[in-house]
Amino acid sequence: MADVTMRIWRGDATGGDFENYTIALNEGEVVLDIIHRIQATDAPDLACRWNCKAGKCGSCSAEINGKPRLMCMTRMDQLPEGPVTVTPMKAFPIIRDLVTDVSFNFEMAKRVPALLPPPMPEGGYRMFQQDVERGQEFRKCIECFLCQDVCHVIRDHEENKKNYAGPRFFIRYAELEMHPLDTNDRRELLKEEMGLGYCNITKCCTEVCPEHIHITDNAIIPLKERVVDADYDPVAWLGRKIRRRTKKTAAEASVQPAP
Amino acid sequence: MTDSPYEHHAYDVLIIGAGGAGLRAAIEAQQRGLKVGIITKSLLGKAHTVMAEGGIAAAMGNIHEEDNWMVHFRDTMRGGKYLNNNRMAELHAKESPDRVWELEQWGALFDRTKDGKILQRDFGGHRYARLAHVGDRTGLELIRTLQQKVVSMGTDVFMECKVLKLVHDDEGRIAGCVAYWRATGEFVTFEAKAVIIATGGVGRSWKFTSNSWEGTGDGHAMALWAGAKLIDMECIQFHPTGMVWPLSVRGLLVTEGVRGDGGVLLNSEGKRFMFNYVPEMFRAETADTEEEGDKWYDDHSAGRRPAELLPRDEVARAINTEVKAGRGTPHGGVYLDIASRRTPEFIRRRLPSMYHQFMELAGVDITKEPMEIGPTCHYIMGGVQVVADTAATAVAGLFAAGEAAGGLHGANRLGGNSLSDLVVFGRRAGVGAAEYIEAGDVATSFNMEEAEAAVKEALDPFDRDEGENPYTIQHDLQEMMQELVGIIRNGPELEEAKGKLEVFAERVKNIAVKGGRAYNPGWNLATDLPSMLTVSRSTALAASLRKESRGGHTREDFPNPDPEFAKFNFAISNDGGNWDSPISAAESPLLPIPDELKALLEEAY
Repeated sequence: MADVTMRIWRGDATGGDFENYTIALNEGEVVLDIIHRIQATDAPDLACRWNCKAGKCGSCSAEINGKPRLMCMTRMDQLPEGPVTVTPMKAFPIIRDLVTDVSFNFEMAKRVPALLPPPMPEGGYRMFQQDVERGQEFRKCIECFLCQDVCHVIRDHEENKKNYAGPRFFIRYAELEMHPLDTNDRRELLKEEMGLGYCNITKCCTEVCPEHIHITDNAIIPLKERVVDADYDPVAWLGRKIRRRTKKTAAEASVQPAP
Repeated sequence: MTDSPYEHHAYDVLIIGAGGAGLRAAIEAQQRGLKVGIITKSLLGKAHTVMAEGGIAAAMGNIHEEDNWMVHFRDTMRGGKYLNNNRMAELHAKESPDRVWELEQWGALFDRTKDGKILQRDFGGHRYARLAHVGDRTGLELIRTLQQKVVSMGTDVFMECKVLKLVHDDEGRIAGCVAYWRATGEFVTFEAKAVIIATGGVGRSWKFTSNSWEGTGDGHAMALWAGAKLIDMECIQFHPTGMVWPLSVRGLLVTEGVRGDGGVLLNSEGKRFMFNYVPEMFRAETADTEEEGDKWYDDHSAGRRPAELLPRDEVARAINTEVKAGRGTPHGGVYLDIASRRTPEFIRRRLPSMYHQFMELAGVDITKEPMEIGPTCHYIMGGVQVVADTAATAVAGLFAAGEAAGGLHGANRLGGNSLSDLVVFGRRAGVGAAEYIEAGDVATSFNMEEAEAAVKEALDPFDRDEGENPYTIQHDLQEMMQELVGIIRNGPELEEAKGKLEVFAERVKNIAVKGGRAYNPGWNLATDLPSMLTVSRSTALAASLRKESRGGHTREDFPNPDPEFAKFNFAISNDGGNWDSPISAAESPLLPIPDELKALLEEAY
């Protein structure tokens, strides 16, 4: 097969530039294969993150020809002809080459109020497939942080980060809010500290999600509705809360409604 | 606190590794009021646990009420060809249901039965449908649940921090470790009253593996150097179904769930060959015909299990034999077919990741065509020798759990028994460490000379202008181990491997690293290679001594099991404390089995 030219950004927080590597292509290779072969030959110090090489761990996020993608799931033969540009994720500070400092996400994770389930009945909780499926969609998340990278609220506005959870954590909040066992309420937090209102549902996050999670439609929009409703009408909120608690899931779990 | 020339931290319990076992250990230790630190060489949540697909084995009896810990115990021991530590197998079978229910309290969302219980699926070697699961991404669910629990508890996690070596006190107890930050290359020392090794596996030393770059056996190696023993290192699981094409994904795991959900193995002649490979030990519980096996999927009382669901060692050997006999696929595997047996909707719902993986990486639609698969180095049964109840090793203050510990799985692990191993013995390691600390006889000093020697050794490759590229050494090691210490072994090849490993040791001492210390993967590999060599030497040595075939150890010169070898594990020890010190093997008798457990094994099917 033909040779390909890779334009890879090399550098650190103090600056850097593109370096070109010309390399032969083999059938079926993905971008990460090429990076590995460059490491094994020309540039053993070329920094990149990876683990599973199967699209399951979300480590090898980068921007390929300007688009946020997983390097392990991007086949070379599906990219347009010509040089392939690989750059680190833009929304996070550079450590070195393709590796960025994603600690923002781990800090946001610490601020998520945990699941608060009722005590477990003898023999385990009862939950129904249709009720767990909503949360299961969000738990497919592999934490590649590509949705965070592409989100314009923080991509070009570092100052927003302290008060914006971002799409990855909106689906985490949605998962907890929709969890059949949860008794916590995070809506005030979402509005006041997690910047849910900043999202103007352009769906960029949904487009880049390698797990095809419907981030905007199934998580962010329902969360926005819940938060708005809670704000607007406390009686309706209370009504919904009670109805929610008497769903089959809670009843069958022999769970007492939260006081 | 110790005076250190490096950044320094002090903990009660230090856990090396942030996969399922490490995280579960951390939760336990912290709940007991201890100050806990976790060190991982990747980011949190990326450990190899995410690659576990099919499920977590626990005899909850949600599908088959007849299931209980005694059946699970028996299945585990038979699957392990009786080389298991029977006390570990007992604890594992008894405790895994509680560990699964506990995950639900922390937020896990398993698939459900119609009446709202946790759904359980069939897997090889398990008599009943026993694996709690979330589609085919159960490992991700497990690690995310434990990760979120740990984060909610505020445990300190040191990410992208690579441990080089354990450090002792003046009296030989474990006192902590020395590590470096990958981002900066700066060194850091940790002192701790107890250290738990939870570093996972060793697969990276083989060419075709399902393991990530992390599976270099760091914990196995550093425990051995520190004075602990490694058992069953010859017992390596080659998972029968890894992808074989395209070459760039060769070795990538294809879940056993495909077979559990009805998939069958076919050779190039279109024959379901597994029925020709049913060993005597499993004949009574395996279907005689395809028709009988097919009935079993819907109703376990209508027939016995199909031969495709024999334990993994049997299936991997059968595939190997078919390919050698010229009945393989164009790329040297066999076919795994579910397309002709289940509806596209069923396949996409039950096996979403597999659908995705084959579609995107191989251009194969598994709802329409068969997959090409072959064995891939997946898991090591062997590991640090521990006391079953406490996970304590031979070194005071050092504990081990998960894939890094040996004993539970004997000579072969059943699918689904790994995730349950992580949470059962992760928790027990946390308990063991806490009780050790409570007893009070813990490290009183920190041997900084040990730490400084490890630092010097790590930096040596920067001082060499001329030397070898670490990637070349890794590549050659993987080729050699695949060829000479692979799925089928023999005496002369193992002797050859042992000789070559000594040459590799000399090559590792001549590595030159390019670039600086900050996030330098070449340097990182240079610091992984001593571990890779240590585990490779241990495997080659034990494999050369076990002159029989048993589970994940197959010798073509000794093709049958030998009852004499069923009485002991080979225990490896290191004489000298360094990675290049000589190692030796001794026979370590199996734990005597109590009569009541023995009776369970002898029960007729």
